[in-house]
Amino acid sequence: MTDIKSTLTSITGIGANPAAQAKAQDHLVLEVNHVSGGYHTPGLFGRGKYQQVLYDVDFNIRHGEIMGLVGESGTGKSTLARMILGMVKPEEGSIVHHTKRPQIIFQDPYSSLNPAYTVEWSLEEPLRVFGKYDEAERKRRVRDMLAKVELPEECLYARPSELSGGQRQRVSIAAALIRRPRFIIADEPVSALDVTIQAQILQLLRDLREELDLSYLFISHDLNVVYQLCDRVLVMKEGRIVEQGTVDEVYDHPKEEYTKQLLAAAQ
Amino acid sequence: MKKRKWNGYLIAGAIITTIIVVWILVGRFYTPYPPTKMSSARLQGPSLAHLFGTDKFGRDIFSRVMQGSGTTLMIAALTILIGAGIGTIVGSITGYFGGIADEVLMRFNDALTAFPSILLALVIISILGSGKHNVIIALGIVFIPSYARMMRTAFAAQREVNYITSARLMGASSARILMVHMLPNTIHVLLPALTIGFNNAVLAEASMSFLGIGVTPPDVSMGYMLSEAQGMFRSAPWYALSVGGVIALLVFGVSLIGEGIQRMNKEVD
Repeated sequence: MTDIKSTLTSITGIGANPAAQAKAQDHLVLEVNHVSGGYHTPGLFGRGKYQQVLYDVDFNIRHGEIMGLVGESGTGKSTLARMILGMVKPEEGSIVHHTKRPQIIFQDPYSSLNPAYTVEWSLEEPLRVFGKYDEAERKRRVRDMLAKVELPEECLYARPSELSGGQRQRVSIAAALIRRPRFIIADEPVSALDVTIQAQILQLLRDLREELDLSYLFISHDLNVVYQLCDRVLVMKEGRIVEQGTVDEVYDHPKEEYTKQLLAAAQ
Repeated sequence: MKKRKWNGYLIAGAIITTIIVVWILVGRFYTPYPPTKMSSARLQGPSLAHLFGTDKFGRDIFSRVMQGSGTTLMIAALTILIGAGIGTIVGSITGYFGGIADEVLMRFNDALTAFPSILLALVIISILGSGKHNVIIALGIVFIPSYARMMRTAFAAQREVNYITSARLMGASSARILMVHMLPNTIHVLLPALTIGFNNAVLAEASMSFLGIGVTPPDVSMGYMLSEAQGMFRSAPWYALSVGGVIALLVFGVSLIGEGIQRMNKEVD
């Protein structure tokens, strides 16, 4: 694993951020306390069949930290994300947010923007719904955020279908951040993008963390991407967190057999 | 993605429909002869003085069709407004929320669909009585189920899409999500359906009035004139032909528009 680590660091020039780790001890943005839960398949009468997905998931995310969540597809990573966002209720345990308005960035930049509207509309809509700003202030904030995600102003008047995948993902990030949340869930945000675009978006996410004082839960099945970006990592298998720790600990000295397999597969 | 481009169907349909609709609208204010004025020039064939000829009372058929089509056009437009409007509301609620409301409304919908539409209209007319306004209500109700079913699918398809999830997360109200976030994305389904529905409404009004359960005098409509023309088909065949011709042209023009929109959507996809 050391080979990968050193190669990646030399290629990308980015590794875990020590400053953020030191600051991270300050306070928590999210507590997930022994959460179990899943889905009820809808039935005409009653709640239908119950399918448990998560088993005793327990972790915290600290201020300024990027927490990676890795595991194969179908292990419940996205269910956990939905639960943290309040879209699915946990059966047991509790989820405590210490920040307001958590937002999500989705994997598929093609379905995360409303095709019927321009980029400007999509960015302004969260502010309109919020209802605290007048139109001039909304427009100012939209342009401000567009600059932060490094898109030219022409993009404002484009529809999503006229943008590239990378541009759409930048717009999605802007839309998620426009109301200045402090905690973001990024659900495989670069998996649908080309490798060069991936690196740009990852760099953008890092820059925005510094600039806007963000914390992330970064979901991915790509261990290399997680290594580049994250401070700590959760390894999930069949709905359970089987290992967690700093990226260096987990990647250099994996304790669990499953983590070793994942790391071996990534190499 | 390609830009939406007008195609031949759309252009031809728009031209035909515009000409007829303008002609009909002019008929609201001006006709060459008063449509009900009788004269001694009975049963005359088409000529420069009477473009569509005259009927057995010496009335100018051109003027009558010009005015009568207006009634049909208005009935069809209002019918579609009611049918598509209520259908969209029902479809959006059932499609987005699902659950019990969906089950109940859609079973009710199935029950309405199970009736042949003319029979259902007949039942409603026999309760309400005939006349222009009741025809609109009856046909409007008849048209609700098909729109409800179609719009339900269009809304349900967006329910779990990411941009709707985002809208929910930002705290947008359900009404806002349905009307502002989802409705514009159903337009490509709704528009062709409106054109088809409009045509069906024109034909349904014509059949009802032809059967004598539609509009009542002094209102005249296409169907009413058709049944009138049937009585003098041998002596004045140009009457039935001109009424039928205008109906056919109107329906043809609107169909072309619908086809054009569908082809345009396909190109974009």
